Amino acid sequence: MPDPRETRVLLEHADDPALRTIDGYRRLVGGYATQERAYRDMEQDEVLKELEDSGLRGRGGAGFSMGKKASFLPRGEMAKYLCCNADESEPGAFKDRELMQRNPHQLIEGIAIAALAADAGHAFIFIRGEYDAQADILDAAVAEAYEAGYLGKNILDCHRDLELVVHRGAGAYICGEETALLDALEGKRGNPRLKPPFPAVQGLYGGPTLINNVETLSNVPRIVAKGADWFKSFGTEQSPGTKVVSISGGVRRPGNYEVELGIPTRELIHGLAGGPLPGREIKAFFPGGSSSPVLTAEEGLDLPYSFEAMAGAGSMLGSGSIIVADDQVSIPHLALRTARFYHHESCGKCTPCREGTNWTVKMLERMVRGEATPIDLDIVSAVQENIIGHCLCVLGDSMAMPVGAMVRKFRPEFEEVMAAAGSPLDHELQAVVQGPAETLGASV
Amino acid sequence: MSPVDGAGAGNPNLPVDRALTEGRSSDGPSAGIPELHEVDCPTELRERIETLMARYPDRHSASIPALWAVQERYGWCTPEGIRQAAAVMRVTPGYLESVASFYDLLHTEAVGSHRIEVCTNISCWMRGGDELLDAFKAAAGEDEDFFVTGFECLGACDIAPMASIDQRYFGPLEAAEAGVAIEQIKSGAEVLPEKNQARRPLAGDTPNPGGSNA
Ligand SMILES: Cc1cc2nc3c(=O)[nH]c(=O)nc-3n(C[C@H](O)[C@H](O)[C@H](O)COP(=O)(O)O)c2cc1C
Ligand code: SF4
Ligand code: FES
Repeated sequence: MPDPRETRVLLEHADDPALRTIDGYRRLVGGYATQERAYRDMEQDEVLKELEDSGLRGRGGAGFSMGKKASFLPRGEMAKYLCCNADESEPGAFKDRELMQRNPHQLIEGIAIAALAADAGHAFIFIRGEYDAQADILDAAVAEAYEAGYLGKNILDCHRDLELVVHRGAGAYICGEETALLDALEGKRGNPRLKPPFPAVQGLYGGPTLINNVETLSNVPRIVAKGADWFKSFGTEQSPGTKVVSISGGVRRPGNYEVELGIPTRELIHGLAGGPLPGREIKAFFPGGSSSPVLTAEEGLDLPYSFEAMAGAGSMLGSGSIIVADDQVSIPHLALRTARFYHHESCGKCTPCREGTNWTVKMLERMVRGEATPIDLDIVSAVQENIIGHCLCVLGDSMAMPVGAMVRKFRPEFEEVMAAAGSPLDHELQAVVQGPAETLGASV
Repeated sequence: MSPVDGAGAGNPNLPVDRALTEGRSSDGPSAGIPELHEVDCPTELRERIETLMARYPDRHSASIPALWAVQERYGWCTPEGIRQAAAVMRVTPGYLESVASFYDLLHTEAVGSHRIEVCTNISCWMRGGDELLDAFKAAAGEDEDFFVTGFECLGACDIAPMASIDQRYFGPLEAAEAGVAIEQIKSGAEVLPEKNQARRPLAGDTPNPGGSNA
């Protein structure tokens, strides 16, 4: 029995392994009936309208209206593409894994219907290479869908073709950024492109391309089946629908929970995820993956979990991934972990990101090693400010925002760590005694 | 060689990978595209790459899948394997090398046949990921069959701390289970069946140890 606080729509029957097969998908949730109806009886504009009216917002991070984005694609005879973003590499996010593993056909049907809305003839699922088990499941499901005539040539005798390829990445977070994803899919190193042109106008192989997240596309079949009003009966006005929320870190029952958007954040963390580990307390949390500015427990626990409430608190819902830091977690060390990730994943194309992530890591390392002075805290903050808005893609901002927030909100903790690690002078003296190699490497 | 169709061709503002359009000039003889008869590519590998290329509107899209195929065949992306794939794909080896070097899962140096990636990112770190990595390194010891490395978030923070062992996920792991897993791999036994992510129920279907609303 699912936890009564969940509202399982996308995860309906997801506990049943039979759902993974085409027969199970049809039997348990009436799968592919919506694609049949859409392909046989609906015009492109009708599908688009339903999606736009539903207010479905992208579940990959930016929260942009899915229907609106699909409507940006130009009309007319030309090769158009649909890319499903299944890169899911942001620390804290693991919902797409669950959706693909348990209900691959829901995604395939969503892609087929979205391809009708975008008038795309070729679709790709770009899945991170680490998700090998899930890619195998998708491969099997795609083969079943071809076999049953839901993909391929002249689908359901409706004179419409759709090829769907499962494309495995090979380990690079940046490929989740939509234009880097396109480069990777074209067989290149995954470097982001300058925008505009936006992918909807000029994307894969230079053609108009609709890019959406796994969860976004998984919502499509039910919206088209049950209508925009049904969808809007869940969630809040600005954040309609349900959301699969990944909760991890310092909680007793980490996992994916599907809830209506707007549910109290406390109910997610303390209720569904079981609250902090015994004897501990929650100090702070990332509300939307490691790129979202952390909220302190006081700031965040009583907010509704919605796009607008998180934005109002100066953070973001992002991909909907909560990472909980309890009172045993050192925030300066957490900042360092966060910064290291972005430094490792920076593609190096623009200077503020490449150098900014590099220097942030170095300075945070100096802090936790006790080689920094309090003024370095101001320098770290300034570095973050100089990154934000100055990069080609938002990977740079994705480090600067959470690290900046940690320094701002937990400054005394940084000062404490620096003091506890010893004064810079002590370390210089030590270095003189032990030899200069270390200090040379670490000095700014 | 022509630029990749579409992107770059029509739009001078789009960055085009120079390795793609020109090959790597510094690479000497390998700067050109090798001929198939020069590389002695196993038929199976050639056919596989050809099938992969046919799946895409543009054959260049098959570069990552082709490198995966090379890695599966040779254990890592060997220079010879890369030349073979380049000959089949009609691109320069330098181009495929530059692609391979971008991605963490493609190895351009020899690595052990069993790959263990231990997540040390935020959620796993909070739950003992660093210690788990140390334990795997110690358990693998000097055995060259094993390639143990720390890794960024693998998208399984619900089972933190976790590791990907030969592309399958396991967690939450105790440090002591590292040695068990290594022994199981050596003896050909199933690896940590209780900790296999594929077998876990949905979190909401499991007992909630906290569960208050406080
Ligand atoms: C560095 C970076 C990484 C990203 N990673 C992902 C990802 O793994 N999955 C995803 O769906 N979107 C990711 N995005 C967002 C995508 O660029 C894009 O906005 C999204 O796929 C659009 O789909 P949606 O509108 O359905 O959310 C990332 C963005 C950035 C800047
Ligand atoms: S912001 Fe960073 S990751 Fe994005 S393009 Fe610039 S260097 Fe690359
Ligand atoms: S932090 Fe380890 S899997 Fe996400």
